[in-house]
Amino acid sequence: MIAAVHISADGLTGIYLLSAICFILALKALSSPRNARYGNLVGVAGMVVAIALTFLVQRPGHDWVIGAGMGLGALVAVPAARKVPMTGMPQMVAIFNGVGGGAAAVISLSEYLHELPLGVPAQKGVEILFALVVGCLSFSGSAVAFAKLQELMTGAPVIYPGQQVVNAIVALAVVALGVTIVVTPHLVAIVLLLVVALALGAAVVLPVGGADTPVLISLLNSFTGLAVAADGFVLDNVILVVAGTLVGASGGLLTKMMSDAMGRSLPNIILGGFGAAPAGGAEVAAGAEGRSVRSGDATDIGTLLAYSRKVIIVPGYGLAVAQAQHVAVELARALEARGVEVAYAIHPVAGRMPGHMNVLLAEANAPYEDLKEMDQANDEFPSTDVALVVGANDVVNPAARDNPGSPIYGMPILNVDAAANVVFLKRSMRPGFSGVDNALLYDPKTILLFGDAKDSLSRLLAAVKAS
Amino acid sequence: MINDAIDLVVVFVLAAFVGFEVISKVPSILHTPLMSGSNAIHGIILVGAMFIASQAQGALQMVLAFVAVFLATLNIVGGVVVTDRMLDMFKGRQQGERKQPPDKADPKP
Repeated sequence: MIAAVHISADGLTGIYLLSAICFILALKALSSPRNARYGNLVGVAGMVVAIALTFLVQRPGHDWVIGAGMGLGALVAVPAARKVPMTGMPQMVAIFNGVGGGAAAVISLSEYLHELPLGVPAQKGVEILFALVVGCLSFSGSAVAFAKLQELMTGAPVIYPGQQVVNAIVALAVVALGVTIVVTPHLVAIVLLLVVALALGAAVVLPVGGADTPVLISLLNSFTGLAVAADGFVLDNVILVVAGTLVGASGGLLTKMMSDAMGRSLPNIILGGFGAAPAGGAEVAAGAEGRSVRSGDATDIGTLLAYSRKVIIVPGYGLAVAQAQHVAVELARALEARGVEVAYAIHPVAGRMPGHMNVLLAEANAPYEDLKEMDQANDEFPSTDVALVVGANDVVNPAARDNPGSPIYGMPILNVDAAANVVFLKRSMRPGFSGVDNALLYDPKTILLFGDAKDSLSRLLAAVKAS
Repeated sequence: MINDAIDLVVVFVLAAFVGFEVISKVPSILHTPLMSGSNAIHGIILVGAMFIASQAQGALQMVLAFVAVFLATLNIVGGVVVTDRMLDMFKGRQQGERKQPPDKADPKP
């Protein structure tokens, strides 16, 4: 390993510097929609250069292992990434992130096995174990996040009595095992550490509610970056340190932006367990029994929309699930053709990832200028005739603003209740991802239209065209 | 060796600052592509997987190396393709919505 690194190390470092610049430019280009795609290509160029040079300069004795691994990987990844619908993007990012963490963990394990016969120095041991543990956390955590979003398991928080204590014990076990291994290198102990670290990753993600999962994916993305950087220290490889650190730092910042947008602190998200407010939740649920909702039919609502001055469409995850973005934009066009002013209000965490709704509406060619961010939209709701909420719930729930006892209290919301009328397109009375009931559904100025979002929007479109 | 390690620490600290700086300017509408894009970038762990593959000794290390290369390739290829698909939509929208000629000239096949 040492001999390998020192073969024309200067030349390699120079090329790696080039790759590092590519990565920085790639991230920078993502700051505008116009340059973003070019940015991705620059990033790819940086990767291709680094990988090709590594391949050539290292003269690997085992090219067939590399070739077979890359071939199989590409064979699996390309169809998977191409086939997945846009609604499945969040879990796709989660799983591709998880395998990166897995790779980082396997690399450090293999390096450990390689070094073991010669004895592993403490500093190197710490680096290896850091990459191993963080990579494992990212791998199993991402796998659980994927399962939640893909609905392979419940999206609700998985909580049991004494959970925090159990998690703390598992975390302590990781630290204790790690210290033991650094002091006296041992093969069995490191395999045990691997298993415990995997368990910890899953245990930490289980109590996180579905609505919080995107924040977690971002955090795990940052973790994988750190694991990659640690492997860079292990292998004395500068590009791994640069790329890993870039992602670790930016992912950390992005995670903070996302939890800020939800009005919650990160420890609260990880330790809180969203459902863990039984008192307030039960009260709201009990209150719901006695109230009635007003459900309307598509023709009436279509007429209401057609004769409004200003309509704001509030998309949520239901729109994504139903693939209804194209119909939503079509409806907006039909209304605009009648002289109705139409805008879209995008909550920062609508859907299951920040920017999720922007991506979907962009796919459907919604005009960029009509997408209003939260603050801007909230200024406009008081002068709006109809707020059309398509498959969103938590992000418009006034309880987040008004009810200090609610589990989602403090999350900034879209004030759709300031509009003259509120129309909810919903599949059922089922509460949103947070499991919190929405009092706005029972408000006299609210009309509900039940059904699949795409189907409901199509019926509204027909009604608008007919009126 | 010690010098190498310190060099890497310097690189680490500088890269952390660059990471913060670059991201602080990204508008929220691009957060999803950004997460996906940075996800693809840490796929560069493939370089590390290639290192351990080239030094692997014995069947176990060979298997681990193969697994590492496979997982890293999933990360890098999947990450890039997903990001490209997302950004493709932004390009499509700009073509549709903006009328200035420079944008028309922008997209390449």
